[in-house]
Amino acid sequence: MKTWHKNIQEIRGPLLVVDGVENVGYEEIGEIQDGDGNIRKGRVLEINGTRAVVQLFESPEGLDLESAQVAFSGESMKLGVSDSMLGRMFDGFGNPIDEGPEIMPDSHRDINGNPINPGERLVPDEFLQTGISTIDVSTTLVRGQKLPIFSASGLPHSELAAQISRQVQMAQIDENNEMQTEDEDFAVIFAGIGVTHEEAEFFFDEFEKAGTMGRTTVFLNKADDPVVERVTLPRMALTLGEYLAFEKNMHVLVIMTDMTNYADALREVSAARKEIPGRKGYPGYLYTDLASLYERAGKLEGYTGSLTQIPVLTMPDDDKQHPIPDLTGYITEGQILLDRDLHGKDIYPPVSILPSLSRLSPEDDYVREDLSKVQDQLSNAYAKGKEVRELALVLGESALSETDQAYLKFSDEFEKKFVTQGTHENRSLIDSLTIAWELFSILPRTELKKLKDKLIDKYGTHES
Amino acid sequence: MSTTITGSIYKVSGPLVVATDMKGASIYEVVNVGKEGLMGEIIELDGDTASIQVYEETGGLKVGEPVTSTGRSLSVELGPGLLRQLFDGVQRPLYEIAKEAKRRGEHSGFISRGIEVNALDRQKQWEFTPAVKEGDTVVPGDILGTVPETDIITHQVMVPPGVEGKVDRIYQGTYTVADTIAVINDTEVSMIQKWPVRTRRPRQKKHIPKEPLYTGQRIIDTFFPIPKGGTAATPGAFGTGKTVIQTQLAKWSDADVTVYVGCGERGNEITDALREFPELEDTKSGKPLMDKTILVANTSNMPIAAREASVYTGITIAEYYRDMGYDVAMMADSTSRWAEAMREMSARLEEMPGEAGYPAYLGSRIASFYERAGQVTCQGSDERTGSVSVIAAVSPPGGDFSEPVSQATLKVTKAFWGLDESLAAKKHFPAINWLTSYSQYLANVEPYFEERTDQDWGTLRQEAMSILQKENQLQDIVRLVGMDALSMKDRLIMEVAEYLRDMYLQQDAFDDIETYNSTTKMYVLLKGIITFYREAAQALTEDPELELETLTNTGVRDRITQIQNQQEGEVDDVKTVVSDIQQEVAKVTK
Repeated sequence: MKTWHKNIQEIRGPLLVVDGVENVGYEEIGEIQDGDGNIRKGRVLEINGTRAVVQLFESPEGLDLESAQVAFSGESMKLGVSDSMLGRMFDGFGNPIDEGPEIMPDSHRDINGNPINPGERLVPDEFLQTGISTIDVSTTLVRGQKLPIFSASGLPHSELAAQISRQVQMAQIDENNEMQTEDEDFAVIFAGIGVTHEEAEFFFDEFEKAGTMGRTTVFLNKADDPVVERVTLPRMALTLGEYLAFEKNMHVLVIMTDMTNYADALREVSAARKEIPGRKGYPGYLYTDLASLYERAGKLEGYTGSLTQIPVLTMPDDDKQHPIPDLTGYITEGQILLDRDLHGKDIYPPVSILPSLSRLSPEDDYVREDLSKVQDQLSNAYAKGKEVRELALVLGESALSETDQAYLKFSDEFEKKFVTQGTHENRSLIDSLTIAWELFSILPRTELKKLKDKLIDKYGTHES
Repeated sequence: MSTTITGSIYKVSGPLVVATDMKGASIYEVVNVGKEGLMGEIIELDGDTASIQVYEETGGLKVGEPVTSTGRSLSVELGPGLLRQLFDGVQRPLYEIAKEAKRRGEHSGFISRGIEVNALDRQKQWEFTPAVKEGDTVVPGDILGTVPETDIITHQVMVPPGVEGKVDRIYQGTYTVADTIAVINDTEVSMIQKWPVRTRRPRQKKHIPKEPLYTGQRIIDTFFPIPKGGTAATPGAFGTGKTVIQTQLAKWSDADVTVYVGCGERGNEITDALREFPELEDTKSGKPLMDKTILVANTSNMPIAAREASVYTGITIAEYYRDMGYDVAMMADSTSRWAEAMREMSARLEEMPGEAGYPAYLGSRIASFYERAGQVTCQGSDERTGSVSVIAAVSPPGGDFSEPVSQATLKVTKAFWGLDESLAAKKHFPAINWLTSYSQYLANVEPYFEERTDQDWGTLRQEAMSILQKENQLQDIVRLVGMDALSMKDRLIMEVAEYLRDMYLQQDAFDDIETYNSTTKMYVLLKGIITFYREAAQALTEDPELELETLTNTGVRDRITQIQNQQEGEVDDVKTVVSDIQQEVAKVTK
């Protein structure tokens, strides 16, 4: 049945140009056979008359223009999806790489998906408690949000991602002012993009130890696996995620690490196609391409499930203005920024709350009334404290006014008590808020400009 | 002209399709591409090949599949039923698309390909009341009759461009948009007009705008105002609050009609507006805000070519309501995504790139887009006026305003609200930097404010701004040698600048009282702060021994905060406030 096309014109990096093809569709999947009969897969990136440009998903090694041949499948790239994929591990094409049996798919889906109709979205507003103070109070996460971790090499983003995936739960405040957690139909999809062997092992170990492997699906492309697979891998993960969330009504958390490797893979393909490069050699469509992944998070009218994303990226040279974090920040609903200085002070998690942000917030019913004001006051006081710290370097601490000294103490204590916590320490939102109020007692009441009197009287220790 | 041309696909590369045998097709003509009939637009012609940008995903298209011309260029449907709607970048109604997907047995949450739905509902009946009699002579733009489109907006059905003469027939009663409601000079006229989006709608005359687009945002209305018919740009890095400013203006500005274009931005932000606007009240009428709003959404994951079209779709709809005599505000968030869409198509066409890969025509496209804003005398014999104001967000990569899109935009827009990352980090919102922002309309709109407040509005504004500018210079000194090195008068400036920053420039969009201020409230607040400055400065001159703390430990700050927390309509009288503050200062000086 297969028609083999032998007229290979060119092999250049991950690209192969074949002439004399007919009836081939854009984005169609093909098979490429070398002289020894080895088969590898590829996808049509461009068709031009009878010429097709095919992107190889595996190394072109061993291919030659004479003996190589290409056959097309008539299909775009699809993933067979099923809820039996939970607890399993796959490569970037959706082939199982654990010892388990073949998957019997429920249906086959185009991995590019279709864009979500903005008219059918629901505003994400259900509080997700991560048990991490800096996130729960300062960059609150809600179901259906996309909230990336901006990290850099050498920082403990993997530990943080693992801790989040272990502790995250839907939570709601009850009439006794305590957080009630809920643990229904929850699934984690872990997309490891170009991760090292150690990182991969770390995550598996964490999932095993926490006993959460049964609700987790892993898609894995290791650092020595084919680069091009990194372009399809997150799409595979999100296709399964959409299926579980919007067909099976599950609450799905997709962790994608490391998005920098994804963007680099995209750049490699773009360069091989001789496209005009944009900033730092990344293709001009990087924004659109990243959006086609990140925008697959959300909640939909008429469906109870949700898809939440935590992409992790490492900022080259700690530069937030590098195209990858920059464009990601324009698409995602906030960012959690890890800071090298805090890490240097041995503070875990080294979340710097000032440049961190969450654009979505939980509905009032889910959390304690003071959350948003405490959030503002913490940022405001910590920012001032940091300014005072710089001033103290120049003038000396003794030259500081009493208020400034209070700010200095506040920011030190804030880092020690609020930011710092154990990798297995799971704080409820109430615990985190309590710490925040304890810290506010360091400052004179008149400095708490972001807090209304009513709140200070209710939760604070200051006299009125 | 009307013969259909059918060519065939030769090349597919992302959203770009090249077709051959297209001789006779015209540039910017809309074509149907492939077996599924995907919508596309011809953007380049070379011999008999046409380059087409396709408004839907192109996966699966094959060489040889047909491309058929439609004989029309990319147009929007204009008529009753636009308000309250959510359209995509090429004016497909998104709620209807969801319904259609469901009907086809597909998932309603996603936009599948090849769904075709009319922009305006063909079934809905409208009550048409004629405004002309049979036998009258009409010209284009004359109002034929009215339709109550929503509780706020009365739709003026106009004589379409190109039609004029004697009214042979005029009907009265309930009709759908497609029914004939008049016959003019043998031409049947319905309530629908079609208009090509890339062409500006005709107008008689453009004016210099003088009346402010009142926003209720203190920093904007006081220091950097925009008039009805003006243009403003808000560039800012991510997280600096561009979208909040845009939605605040959509919510509170005193425009009659708002067209909000979400161009290549987040889906959840559009959803936020969709869920919130119906619950909010329009400040003028008390009716739901949605009754005066049209949303156009091409989120960042929707096809890129439609993103390029979305700003044109938005401004054409805005011009149409302007033609009825309304003041229309169009928000575009973000125009950088529009420019990037241009860049991507340009790269696929293998055009010679200009700066940062953008096409060389970037500047001229941006300029001609903003020129469609303005206050005009509309077409029609009654010489009514209407306006389109454009407020555009710009998203410069890395927050660097020197990049081409920001620069090309600043060249043509007259108000600039520069958003500042360090202000945003301190939770100072709106994070508009008062030192770098500007408005060239200040002089135009000052008489309006003086008429509504008092003759010293302009003086107060200038005095406040010069205090803020001096604070900036003094801060450098403080950083080097500390606050103690400053004279009492300079320390007063630092103090008053802080009042201005905390109580005037900052304004919490999420606080019920703060989110909108009337001119009266703004005036009382500003007058209060400046009165304190003047009184304190004089006291310091008269008594060299006087400490600043003595002046600041009075009840002045609390008094001003009190005004800030007062409901609209219950704000203290300006005379009382001035005399209260004078008394507070007098208590410690005499």
